[in-house]
Amino acid sequence: MSFKMLSDIVNESNQKQIAFWEVVLNDDCKNEGLSKDESMKRMSDIYLAMKEADLNYDPNALSSSGMTGGDGALLEKHRMQPNRLIGDFLTKVMEKAVKMGESNACMKRIVAAPTAGSCGVIPAVLITYEEERKVSVNKIVEALYVAGGIGEVLAESAEISGAKGGCQAEIGSASGMAAGAIAYLEGGDNETIVHAVALALKNMLGLTCDPVGGLVEVPCVKRNVSGAVNAIISSQMAIAGIRSRIPPDEVIDSMRRIGNLIPECLKETSKEGLAITATALKTVVH
Amino acid sequence: MQLFDIIGPIMVGPSSSHTAGAVKIGYVAGKLLDEPISEAIILLHGSFLATGKGHGTDRALIAGLLGMEPDDSRIPNSIEIAKDRGMDIQFGEISLKDAHPNSVLLKLTGKYGRSLDIIGESLGGSIINISSIDGLSANFSGDYPTLIVHNMDQPGHVAEVTSMLSHKSVNISSMQLYRESRGGNAVMVLECDQEIPTQAIEWLKKLEGVEKVTYYSLK
Ligand code: SF4
Repeated sequence: MSFKMLSDIVNESNQKQIAFWEVVLNDDCKNEGLSKDESMKRMSDIYLAMKEADLNYDPNALSSSGMTGGDGALLEKHRMQPNRLIGDFLTKVMEKAVKMGESNACMKRIVAAPTAGSCGVIPAVLITYEEERKVSVNKIVEALYVAGGIGEVLAESAEISGAKGGCQAEIGSASGMAAGAIAYLEGGDNETIVHAVALALKNMLGLTCDPVGGLVEVPCVKRNVSGAVNAIISSQMAIAGIRSRIPPDEVIDSMRRIGNLIPECLKETSKEGLAITATALKTVVH
Repeated sequence: MQLFDIIGPIMVGPSSSHTAGAVKIGYVAGKLLDEPISEAIILLHGSFLATGKGHGTDRALIAGLLGMEPDDSRIPNSIEIAKDRGMDIQFGEISLKDAHPNSVLLKLTGKYGRSLDIIGESLGGSIINISSIDGLSANFSGDYPTLIVHNMDQPGHVAEVTSMLSHKSVNISSMQLYRESRGGNAVMVLECDQEIPTQAIEWLKKLEGVEKVTYYSLK
């Protein structure tokens, strides 16, 4: 059974005196008939696939529409500049998020998390965390269970596809999941984790899905950056002790209602927004 | 939704419906034909037609026909690989009646003479539905071993098939029946929990009134 509310996971964690991520792990083992080792092996394979995809970025690849490619390389070069405004951690996160989004558009192998369009958010944040904070892969795998549990709640009680809930459901969900994962890695307790989720989601509410030419490229690739950076700032607010005035599960419920209210023309149909700008119509030849 | 549908799947981008789903449709179709494909006519409908090129739907379908799965990094080069293997490919457009926007009609001919017409729909995520086989309705996902029997619409065929399955200890998870007209062509689609032994399928093929037996195995 999937979790319907974040509070379901938190309550079980408190009752059984086990960590948030373990509640999600135990539930997966029960659903799939797997042992803990089997499930964790599967999750570490997923993380390995994320890292492989990050390493396999090709700075010369171009998508078949010609709209996507090379931006990750620009950010990598920028990261080498001495006089940067933004610090190493965040710059690296931005770079990895764009790279993954570009790889997806260029038909490379990626991990949908929760979707292919939003595949850059979670790996950008977690791979950078592992590299910069020198934590073990096991710790990152635990954080992926945290992210997965949050994703299950979002899939169950809101939406996780742009066609059903707008982009808040894709980049927004990925951002909320990543925010919870970072809050966990930074030593946050259950309350801190779920408030990191709430703070991240609130910044993404109402985001529509209007991809140019119906392709997962514009605005998707660069939106992965905003989702990843938003995850980090939201987790930092939560770690600092800031709490969402609206409780996390109520935020998710409002995300569901907003998703229903977003008109069809802004849910992956490419009939409005960026998709019908003069430049978009000129760029994409059907 | 299961945990690993959310953190996952591992797939070749860019789109779970237009790329990963398309690979899966091709994969199921190729398995159903059950021999190397000599000719594939691929007719795209709706959004598959409109945005297929940018999503690599063409290459994804061919990759599936070649037996690749959605995480195979050779997917972008599938058309060249298919040509090397002697597969003749033609792409075209079609407007299918009452079809899902992400649909394709695949007309396949095998090296040893089998042929198969299939309509596949990509429903989102990487979930698919095979909605028609050889012009008759069918609805199955490719997530279970699936038996498809084309027969004359006469009494007794359903009982023959189901008693054979029970004899082989195969449990049926879903079953559908369709027919063109009373006494005309009919089709049974059975999704099963276990694989069906090959001799049982051969036995079915010899039954009177059974015109074609197609089996989709997960193996
Ligand atoms: S704009 Fe639409 S297609 Fe692009 S990432 Fe957002 S939800 Fe996905």
